[in-house]
Amino acid sequence: MNDEAWGVPEAEGGRWAFGTGFADPLHGVDVAVPAGVDGAELARVCVALADDALVGAQRLAEWVTRAPEIEIELALANVGLDLLGQARLLYTRAGQVDGSGRGEDAFAFTRSAPEFRCLRLAELPRGDFAFTVLRLLVLSSARLAVLERLAGAADPVLAAVAERGVAEVAYHRLFAAEWVVRLGDGTAESRRRLRRAVVEVEPWLGEVVDDRVGAGLGVAAGAVRAACARDWRRVGEEAGVRLPLPAPWDRAPGGRAGVHTEHLPVLLAELGSVAREHPGAAW
Amino acid sequence: MVTLGELGMVRGVECDAAGGVVVRLAPTYAGCPALAEIRADVAAALRAAGFAPVRVVTVWSPPWTTEWISAAGRRKLADAGIAPPGPVPARGGGPVPLVLGARRPAVACPRCGGRETEEVSRCGASLCTALWRCRACREPFEHLRGV
Repeated sequence: MNDEAWGVPEAEGGRWAFGTGFADPLHGVDVAVPAGVDGAELARVCVALADDALVGAQRLAEWVTRAPEIEIELALANVGLDLLGQARLLYTRAGQVDGSGRGEDAFAFTRSAPEFRCLRLAELPRGDFAFTVLRLLVLSSARLAVLERLAGAADPVLAAVAERGVAEVAYHRLFAAEWVVRLGDGTAESRRRLRRAVVEVEPWLGEVVDDRVGAGLGVAAGAVRAACARDWRRVGEEAGVRLPLPAPWDRAPGGRAGVHTEHLPVLLAELGSVAREHPGAAW
Repeated sequence: MVTLGELGMVRGVECDAAGGVVVRLAPTYAGCPALAEIRADVAAALRAAGFAPVRVVTVWSPPWTTEWISAAGRRKLADAGIAPPGPVPARGGGPVPLVLGARRPAVACPRCGGRETEEVSRCGASLCTALWRCRACREPFEHLRGV
């Protein structure tokens, strides 16, 4: 039996530089689907959480060369890199269990905006630094609550990605929370910017706190709202700015149903430009 | 040189009678760009040593944390100018609490050993590090943050 048969397809010749020539983010992982797991529902959850991560990572990457300090630029890029890592694993898992056999690139680069399932807050334009850290606080509070519960999912691959993701997203939440406090407790200008950011995120909060993304895999209704209420109250007290918990969401179709803002197609056009120009390219 | 074993990334190595070998590797961060390189290096090193076939199994659960880094690994990290992570309290099954305003535990400067150090940025040049600075020797240094 050769190495290929053992699942080691990484030909030395295909690697021309560090990190190149590796196609499968779930390489070496036991990807058998346990009996009783609904592949379509599992894929749906994986794609939604991957879309939040990919779109969020792209917005964070837009800060590179634009952040107020190089340390901040590195921090935002690294948070985005964590999310991108989660997205790659989740897309790969989705393609294994939805019967399509699609790889991560097919999910990331060949779908149109209505096929994306990300929360609309994630796709809004970059905004200023106050908006960026407030949005990161909101999205990571909610994502953490979902991942904490999916760490017990019946699918071992999703459970493992969620379990590892908890440590990463908890760090994102802390990074964002500390900056929200610093801005709220800072100068008149930083407070003004933070208050404006609160107004800007407010219309999109209902979809976040009443998100039912993991409902089919055992994430209890109300779990995300309770976690966000706890985190935002704590940060709001320190920052001296109230982060309002929205009224129950009316469930008008939103990002999870493929209804998006006009900003998502623009983001996707840039994100997929290289893949469209060089279809099937690998490096 | 810090080994993968000292970093706590090797969960097991098994040989079979026919000369094949299976290595169980735990990745660190999902987004770490070095993961695939590490996997390929391990396979190449074993092949060069005469083992065939070689199989690298990826183990995501239980997840890697900095608690898996051995004492020798921590010492070598410090010798290389990277302050090793402090202890991370074990987490139960409940939600991760959001602790604001916590004082960072003192991190000793890996160059001069001084403890008058301060955090410059929670995120450093790589995913796994924070940027710190020593007030005694005035040098910046990387700190492998505890996760």
